[in-house]
Order: sequence, then C-alpha cells, then structure tokens
Amino acid sequence: MKEEIILAGFGGQGIMLMGKLISYAGMKEGKEVSWMPSYGPEMRGGTANCTVIVSDKLIPSPMTTQPDSIIVMNLPSFDKFLPQVKSGGTVFLNSTLIEEDVKRDDIKVIKIPANEIANQLGNSKIANMVMLGSYIENKDVIKLKTVKNSLESVLSARNQDLIDLNLKALEKGKEYK
Amino acid sequence: MKKVAGYPDSLTDKQFHYCPGCTHGIIHRLVAEVIDELDLKEKTIGVAPVGCSVLAYEYFDVDMHEASHGRAPAVATGIKRVHPDKFVFTYQGDGDLASIGTAEIVHAANRGELISTVFVNNAIYGMTGGQMAPTSLEGQRTTTSPFGRDVKEAGFPIKMSEMLTELDGSAYIARVSVHDPKHIRKAKKAIKKSFEIQLEGKGFSLVEVLSTCPTNWGMKPLDAIEWLKNNMIKTYPLGDLKTPEGVE
Amino acid sequence: MGKKTLMKGNEAIAEAAIRAGCRYFFGYPITPQSELPAYLARKFPEVGGTFLQAESEVAASNMVYGAAGAGARVLTSSSSPGISLKAEGISYIAGAELPAVIINIMRGGPGLGTIQPSQADYFQATKGMAHGDFYLTVLAPSSVQEAVDLTMDAFDIADKYRNPVLIVGDGIIGQMMEPVEFKDPIDPDDLPKKEWATDGAKGRERNIINSLALDPHDLEDHNLKLKAKYDRMKEEEVRYEELYTEDADIIIVAYGTTARIATSAIEMARKDGYKVGLIRPITLFPFPSDIINETADRVENFLTVEMSLGQMVEDVKLAVSGKKPVHFYGRTGGVVPSPEEIVEEIEKIGGER
Repeated sequence: MKEEIILAGFGGQGIMLMGKLISYAGMKEGKEVSWMPSYGPEMRGGTANCTVIVSDKLIPSPMTTQPDSIIVMNLPSFDKFLPQVKSGGTVFLNSTLIEEDVKRDDIKVIKIPANEIANQLGNSKIANMVMLGSYIENKDVIKLKTVKNSLESVLSARNQDLIDLNLKALEKGKEYK
Repeated sequence: MKKVAGYPDSLTDKQFHYCPGCTHGIIHRLVAEVIDELDLKEKTIGVAPVGCSVLAYEYFDVDMHEASHGRAPAVATGIKRVHPDKFVFTYQGDGDLASIGTAEIVHAANRGELISTVFVNNAIYGMTGGQMAPTSLEGQRTTTSPFGRDVKEAGFPIKMSEMLTELDGSAYIARVSVHDPKHIRKAKKAIKKSFEIQLEGKGFSLVEVLSTCPTNWGMKPLDAIEWLKNNMIKTYPLGDLKTPEGVE
Repeated sequence: MGKKTLMKGNEAIAEAAIRAGCRYFFGYPITPQSELPAYLARKFPEVGGTFLQAESEVAASNMVYGAAGAGARVLTSSSSPGISLKAEGISYIAGAELPAVIINIMRGGPGLGTIQPSQADYFQATKGMAHGDFYLTVLAPSSVQEAVDLTMDAFDIADKYRNPVLIVGDGIIGQMMEPVEFKDPIDPDDLPKKEWATDGAKGRERNIINSLALDPHDLEDHNLKLKAKYDRMKEEEVRYEELYTEDADIIIVAYGTTARIATSAIEMARKDGYKVGLIRPITLFPFPSDIINETADRVENFLTVEMSLGQMVEDVKLAVSGKKPVHFYGRTGGVVPSPEEIVEEIEKIGGER
C-alpha cells in the first residue's frame, strides 16, 4: 500500500493539521509516513497545501506529481490540483466553496458540503474534520479510531477543548461517500 | 610582604612589538596590573582584536582568544555565556571597535553582556599603515585622507563611548588618556572600576583610552603626546561618561 | 531508543542537538530554518541551555567561535545567504581548530534568491566556504531520521577532529515531517574535558585560541597539520548508501532529498527494464570517491542529479576519472526535479526499451 495525498485550501482552513493527523495516525499504525508543507510567501498569501504519503515501505520521494487523492477545500486549490490526480484516483472537494463540475471521468469525485456541516455543528473551523471523516471512510489508508486517538497529540493546547466537536465532525464526514 | 611595584604577573616576559612612543605598552601594563590586583589571573579570558594589538595574546599571561576584526565582543559573548563565573575582557582598537565592529560592540553593550572592553583610540589605523579611522579628527591627514579629513566626504569623528552610554545595557563607560602620569593613574582607576563592574554583575563596561600613534601620525613621541593633549581631548572629552547608581 | 514521534526536520535537528549535549546556540533568523532556533528558544530553558539571537550572522558565527574556544558543544543554523555571512567565523573556527556544528538548510541563490529548496551551496560547503586552506566535514541527510542521527554524530566528529562540521539539508529536509526516534540524551557534564579550552588558566599553562601565524613557515606547518586531519577524515569518515547497484548499468549519484526523488525515478525506470542504481553520498566531504571509482569499472553510465546547475557532478567526474560518461540533470532556483524528469534522462542514456 502506498497512498499519496495532496491537501489544499485557504490558510486558516486547517489544511496542515489535517495532513498532520493523517501522518500521525499512519505512524501510529506502523506505516511509513511523510508530511511536506508548501512554505514561504504562498503560506501568507492565502492558499496552503501539503503533501502526505503513507506507505508500507520506506518512502522515496516525499513529493508527488500524481497524487492518489486530493482533498481540496477552495476553488484555487481545486483548479491547481485536479489535473494532477492519478487516473483512478479520488477527489474530495468542499462543495460549499467549490461549485464547479469535475470535467474528468477517470477519477472518483466525492463532494462534501464541509463548511455547511461545520456551521451546523456550530464552528466553521472544523470543516477540515468533516473532509477528513469522509476521506477516512472512503480510503482504506488509516483507521478512524487511530485518528480519534491522535487528536489529543496533534491539536495545539488552545484547541484541546474542541476535541469533542472534532469527533462529531469526523463522524458527520463519514456520511459522504 | 605585599608587592607594591614591579613587573605584573599577568604579563608574559615577551617584549612588546609596539613602535617607540606608542602607548599600547602602557595600557597593556595597566590592564595586567588590574588583573593582578583583583586576583583575576586564573579566571581571566582575554579577547585580542585585529589591529596593532593583534598580538596581545602573546603579552597577557592569561587564557586568550584571538578574534577576527571587530568581532571581539561577539567572541567574548560566546566565552562569557559558557563561563559566566569567569572574567572576560576584550582589548580593541578604534578601527576594530568603531568601524567594522560597531554592530558587535553596540549589541554586546545593549545586551548588558558581562564583559569589559578596553577601547584604545588613537584616531588612526596603525597596523595597516596609517589610514583614516572613523575616529580620525576633522582635518587629520592620513594616507587615505591626504588632504585632511573632510567631514562632508568622510563623516565626523565617531564618539563611540557617548553612543554606548545611551544603551540600557551599558553600566560603566569612561574615557581616559595616558599622555602623562597623572592621567595614567586615572586610567588605571577607570580600568579597575570597569573590571569590578563586571565582577559585580552590573552590566557591560568600557573604558576608552586615548592613545598615541607617533609612527602613523608622523610625529616624534613627545610631539604625539602634545598632539593628543591639545587636539584629541577636545573632540573626545575625558571622564566617567556613565556610572551605575551607587558606584563612586 | 525512545518511541517514534512525528517531527519537522528543523525541530528534530534541534532536539538532536540537545540530546548530543549541546547547550549553546547563537543564530539569526532566516527562512527556511526558523523552526530550529525557535525550538531551542523554547526547550533550552528546561536543560539550562543558552539561546542567543545575535545581531547578525557575522556576530553569531563569532559567538560560536568564542563558545567553541571556551570548550562548549555549540550550534548555529542558517540558510544560504546567512551561511555566506557566517563564513568569516567558520574560517576562524577551522583555523583555530575548534569543534562546532553548523546547519545550512539551503535555499535557492545567488543573492537573496528564493526560500525554496536548493542544493546550490555544494561548492560553498565542500570547497569554498571561506578564505584559506581548509575543509569542513559536510554531512547531507536525506530524511528527518537521518538528519537527527547525523546531528548527533556531527558533534562527535567535530570533537574528534577539532573541526567544524556542516550539515546541509535542502528546504525539504527542514520543512518535512517524518517519524523519528531519538537516542538517549548525553549529559554535557559527562563529556571529556577539553584541555585546550579557554576557561581561566587555573593551575595550568595558559591556553590560546588563535588562527594567526605571521611566519609563513609556521602557517605552512599548521596547514599541513590540518591537511593530515582531512586525510584522516578521508580514511575514517566517508559515508554513503548504495541502492540497486548490484546489477545496475546506470548509476545515479544524488544526495539529500534529490536522492529520494531519484529513488522514485529508479523504481519507475526499473519497471520499464532499465537497470539503474543509486549511490548516495552521505558525507559530501570527505566525498565517497572510491566507491564511485570502483563502480565505474562495472557500469556503463553515471547520471548526477542535483538541485543546482551542476556542482557535485564535478566531484563525480573526478571520481569516475574518465572511465565512463558522467551525465548531469539538475533543476535550480528552488525548483525541485520530479521523478518523471529523471526517468526521461535515464531513457536518454539507456535508449528506448
């Protein structure tokens, strides 16, 4: 098993954290993982992305040009990374902010109204967890249980009180297949 | 029996290489005497500069570290942070401290680094052959200001000590001269006070010592003494410029 | 060994330095290595360490010079333009024969360049760090775990040779998170005392830390002594990794992250029937010339891949000594080569299959 994921969205949408959670859970499950952020001016400018690789074997390149999956949370990220997805791969898109149709028929598309759900749950900050919930459900890469157990380690101290809400968001995301 | 005079323990027996009439030798001796008097010889690390006193490590009979040009305060910072219980001093000329090393001296002083600096100002680059220094006086002729220092072109004589007094981290800043025995005694007192300031943990201390350079000034030693007295002191007035509260 | 934790390269290097018994850091902020000093600023108070943000890289390297002379395990880190400024202190540290560890998380240049990953400081690291006849030991990790292990080794190597050790990582090594395991920490008090250090000449002859030797014959003797040290490093410190070399007829030589990207390319090319292997220098100085030279007797082609316009390739050519062709592929200016691009180069060399 080797899964290459690009996660992307606006700065502040919790993209990096989502990537860290997948990496951390992968590590906990005894897999090889790498997490590589975009860094520099683009971090400040709005879009943020990171590449996560989870594998049974040592990971050669920590970068990818043909991801198995992308999790995109805003339109610029969708436009940028959709063409890169490997044929047969999966796109997880935040349909609250991305209304565009996917003009590729060789990939699976899962639309998640992440912001809407997050708002219903009472905190727009957890849209990323809704996306992640769907990702975990649809891809056999990491287990939901491990992610849940990783939250405490990965969330910063000031966000520890959001753990319950995060769990709810993960569960809600599972419904989108 | 107490030794009241004689050759300082903290000087090696190596003969100074300084030119006839140069006052570096006097200043070296004062520093060594103070190290002896404060019983610091076995806990001192000195930092030598680049310039005429580049070989200072051959003369001070204590642990010595030779720095690159201007960086003595940075090197001393590294040493002092590793050995906060030891005594650390830098010995720097005016090209070293007032030109290439301005950032290092300003920030060491501003951090209140517990080091003591002996700043020898002779208003010229000696080692490299008499070039204009940032401390050279207005109108002073040097090999790189052959028509006299024109402040419109080359800026003004820089008053490092006055600048350093403005920093909250500096505790004791003084300017002294070694042009006659009376002033030499005052100079020694100031150096001693500055070393004590470090030992008491009060902050950064610096003593600027006005010094002669007969060779590069193109003067006989006695004329150089007169020139220092009549010209340098006007630009660089003597005295304690900054003293911590409660210190005489 | 402890348990695995997920850490950024920059932070993992900092933690490794603490565990190596380093308690002094002098640095100046620059991207993309800023997490390293920030980590030490947070963690040093717990272990009684000294973190000082200097007024400039020049000052920082001279503080390192002072602290190293005073006998401490000391670290500084920077990125390319900052390393240029630190070069002054590094030359003095090498000249005065002091141990110190320097991290360069390389970015694109020349000049201000970009903050994106690069390997364009190879020449600087291995040949032209600063004025004078000297070398640094240069270590090039290709994973966060290796960055950790090499950082701990770097302090030992620095002490062993009384020579500065430079660890070069591209921006990816600094920014990437991977699982790491740390060795047990070393207590600095347990390290052997450095008898040559300046700590106050109590009950002994005074110590002098110095790189000045006005008499050319003295300096020549000193330089020959340094050379003997570098020769010993060539005997004892060369490190490299071989991958798929047994049956290979094309050998890629690459280091750091580029070696990992090349590994991806090799795995792709092997599926298409190309017998490609990898030699990954871990020490850039001393360079693993012997293994490359020996390998040249049984393979047909070499391909050096770098994030530069071709710097290490010169050392590869020297090592191959004209026995076989040495090709080059590089991306520069902060652009990272892709495995697909490297596969194309392999196809050019190996012909259509």
